[in-house]
Amino acid sequence: MNLHKLTLREQLEGLKKNEFSSVELTSHYLERISKHDEELNSFITVTEEHALTHAKLADDRYKNNQSLPLDGLPIAHKDIFCTKGIKTTCGSKMLSDFEAPYSSTVYTKLDNMGMVMLGKTNMDEFAMGSSNETSYFGPVKNPWNKKYVPGGSSGGSASCVSAELAPIATATDTGGSIRQPASLCGLTGIKPTYGRVSRYGMIAFASSLDQGGVVARSAEDAALILEGMSGHDPKDSTSLKLEAPDLLKNLDKPIKGMKIGLPKEFFEKEMPEFVEKAIQDAIETYKHLGAEIVEVSLKNINLSLPIYYIIAPAECSANLSRYDGVRYGYRCEDPKDLEDLFMRTREEGFGSEVKRRILIGTYALSAGFYDAYYLKAQKCRQLVANDFSEAFKAVDVILSPTTPGTSFKAGEKSDDPIEMYLQDIFTIPANLAGLPGISIPCGENSGLPLGMQLVGNSLQEDKLLQFAHSYQMNTDWHKKMPNI
Amino acid sequence: MNENLKNWEAVIGLEIHVQLSTKSKLFSGASTSFGALPNTQACNIDLAMPGVLPVLNEEVLKMAIKLGKALNANINSPTSFARKNYFYPDSPKGYQISQMDNPIVETGYLDIETENGSKRIGVTRAHLEEDAGKSLHDDFEGQSGIDLNRAGTPLLEIVSEPEISTAEEAVAYLKSIHSIIRYLNISDGNMAEGSMRCDANVSVRKKGDTELGTRTETKNVNSFRFVEKAIQYEIERQVHELESGNKITQETRLYDSQKNTTRPMRSKEFANDYRYFPEPDLLPIILEKDFIQCILDDMPEMPNEKKERFVSQFSLSKYDADLLAADKDIANYFEEVVKISNSPKLSTNWIMGELSAELNNENLNIRDSKVSSEKLGQLILRIEDGTISGKIAKDIFEKMWVSGKEVDIIIKDEGLEQVTDNKEIESMIDEVIANNPEQLEQYRSGKDRLFGFFVGQVMKASQGKANPKQVNDILKSKLEK
Repeated sequence: MNLHKLTLREQLEGLKKNEFSSVELTSHYLERISKHDEELNSFITVTEEHALTHAKLADDRYKNNQSLPLDGLPIAHKDIFCTKGIKTTCGSKMLSDFEAPYSSTVYTKLDNMGMVMLGKTNMDEFAMGSSNETSYFGPVKNPWNKKYVPGGSSGGSASCVSAELAPIATATDTGGSIRQPASLCGLTGIKPTYGRVSRYGMIAFASSLDQGGVVARSAEDAALILEGMSGHDPKDSTSLKLEAPDLLKNLDKPIKGMKIGLPKEFFEKEMPEFVEKAIQDAIETYKHLGAEIVEVSLKNINLSLPIYYIIAPAECSANLSRYDGVRYGYRCEDPKDLEDLFMRTREEGFGSEVKRRILIGTYALSAGFYDAYYLKAQKCRQLVANDFSEAFKAVDVILSPTTPGTSFKAGEKSDDPIEMYLQDIFTIPANLAGLPGISIPCGENSGLPLGMQLVGNSLQEDKLLQFAHSYQMNTDWHKKMPNI
Repeated sequence: MNENLKNWEAVIGLEIHVQLSTKSKLFSGASTSFGALPNTQACNIDLAMPGVLPVLNEEVLKMAIKLGKALNANINSPTSFARKNYFYPDSPKGYQISQMDNPIVETGYLDIETENGSKRIGVTRAHLEEDAGKSLHDDFEGQSGIDLNRAGTPLLEIVSEPEISTAEEAVAYLKSIHSIIRYLNISDGNMAEGSMRCDANVSVRKKGDTELGTRTETKNVNSFRFVEKAIQYEIERQVHELESGNKITQETRLYDSQKNTTRPMRSKEFANDYRYFPEPDLLPIILEKDFIQCILDDMPEMPNEKKERFVSQFSLSKYDADLLAADKDIANYFEEVVKISNSPKLSTNWIMGELSAELNNENLNIRDSKVSSEKLGQLILRIEDGTISGKIAKDIFEKMWVSGKEVDIIIKDEGLEQVTDNKEIESMIDEVIANNPEQLEQYRSGKDRLFGFFVGQVMKASQGKANPKQVNDILKSKLEK
């Protein structure tokens, strides 16, 4: 049986009915990893022994009728989530040997539900990048075409799910790091409302923007796992004081009569013909399903990229100050004195994209520049959020492309940071406003997949998944998988 | 030098760091107790492990609100936290979580007593922040050790307006803050252990000038006495510099208590652009009216209120009331003594006199006094009801201090009851007069000074137990005969 062709729900059913064991399912994926991942490089650490031990425990629980809600289902975790006693590198030399002394809430929750960790996935260093080329552990390849990038920063998670080396993977999204790689790898990727998923133990890049989520093969798979990750966490003061939402409840409900907004500012921009066609086709599908299409205006949306590139670096410049070689992580050889220890540890331990952002952030927060940059960016951020609030008075979801195009060749944009930053032009606004966003496959060009993005109002993950699921019940884009 | 000082005036502002006496840290559950082995009280959050997040200990909000009320200040809601960025090995995150805009306490004042009467000192703000760890340089050859037990301990930084004019005023203000935090039970205020620390901003200007001079900040001053000395030194140093035609450099200086001087810190130790920005890991805190009211309803009587009550209820002088009320434990002890003795004035004298001396002698806090308030109250009661004289009482007090026995037992065991029987005293006096005919002769011929001699002889004969007033009266009438 091709176990990796089953949906998550089918896998769960199979485990429950004892059609196969978790050890079989887990071994199946571990074999696929060992066969294909040398080339893809989507994992930094494969936790084979851990996985088999936990799979065995799940099987025992099934035998004793003590099974947990997601018992025995394999999952890959982005290497940004701390896992006790297991290497957690965040894609950086700085933490290349770091074993976390505690586990993140996301890992703990899924572990408590019986999920089996296959390994830790590759990522752009400290989640900074859109191509997974900034990882200290080498670039990740796109399974659709190995000369192309998988997107970033959750490139390892997207690559391994796309190549069916894992049925699903956790990911994080600060400016598009779930949705952009999902788009480039033909997957469904959802970033929930800011505060839905606990950030405790998720290594910080930009605290007010970071949010955990998943990359999956369908909206249904994503709903199943996102529900398990969500919910209030007293260890994260920005976590919303809400129970985990029931994300499967509305999944099959029709979207007839609901409204989709098209932001005119996005569609005024010139976009490649194949992108335009894919989006138009998706709109037609939604019309056919009974949705109403409405033009909306997000008049400050063009400010999003500059706002993001002030706020995210500013927060990262402080968040990454703790990597100083004093308590854990990389430390330079033979420091002359304290200053040398700090300077050389950080000089040698961080890659160039991380350094670039620390420099931008430090500058933006400096005396004399704070008001002009950081403070102004925060004010503008509020304007963007207000635009969305206004738009959601008239529509249920907002639709746009996820990315300006399909994937690009490795190395193509690595020397041009601005060109690279433009990858996130459609995704960043949702982070600024703290809103949920999902990317789902809706087309392809030259054998590379392309996604569309739906952004929902605050806390309306269920509605986003409902829209995505309706679409996927009527189209086959999400079923296409690369030949690896 | 002193002569020149007359032409100058000092402008002083104090920044006081108060360590709040919570059980756990400001943003983590680790214990705050003092003196544990290095790094045994530092959890993942205190160590700034990747991915950890701060969670505010709500106890500190209550403490800060109480202090705000005692300083007649506004409580800000929302109040928010900010990151203060700087690299130092004992600052594990590379930033300190502090408050910049919207500090929890803002715009208050405190009245202090000076030799020219009462003076009002403005309090700019009081904000919450976390303490750093400690760098240990002595124990490791060529290396430094880091102890993060203290990292994350809650501090309240209380910033005064630059409205203090002398070193004495500065100490009066500092003592007043000390007294308040002890009354509120929000800190032990122990300066030697660092749970209360004081930095002094000092500048000087010619009398009559309106513009402020360049200021220096003196750190590392860890006792009331040193605060006074450091500020006085700094005033004199600055006047001397300016009179010699030099300029004052704006800088941070360290006080050296051994040499009684201040010296500039290396520029590296403080030259920082702290790049404050709002702490994204903590949302602004809205303090509901009910929450604040609930805390205010629970406020204890404050030193100033207590002082006024002592004046009106016990008819004490302002001076005595101030002395007693300054320390909560002393004030409590006093009230317990009065409850038994019924004599506020005598109780005050005993507490400030004999008791204070013994406590100082043995370096004891009044809570650990070897003579309890109850026992001292009984002692004073026995003076009041005439059982013993004041002089005998002092001997008894010494004995109580050593043995811990009660006053009535000592009086009974040692037969120290005062002699108040007129006949008994008369017969003692008759005997003394009969034994000293020569002195009697001299006295009666006008040598009044000898009266004291007779009193002394009688007291001696009674082993100090005769009631002095009765002795005086009877002796006078007998000698006149």
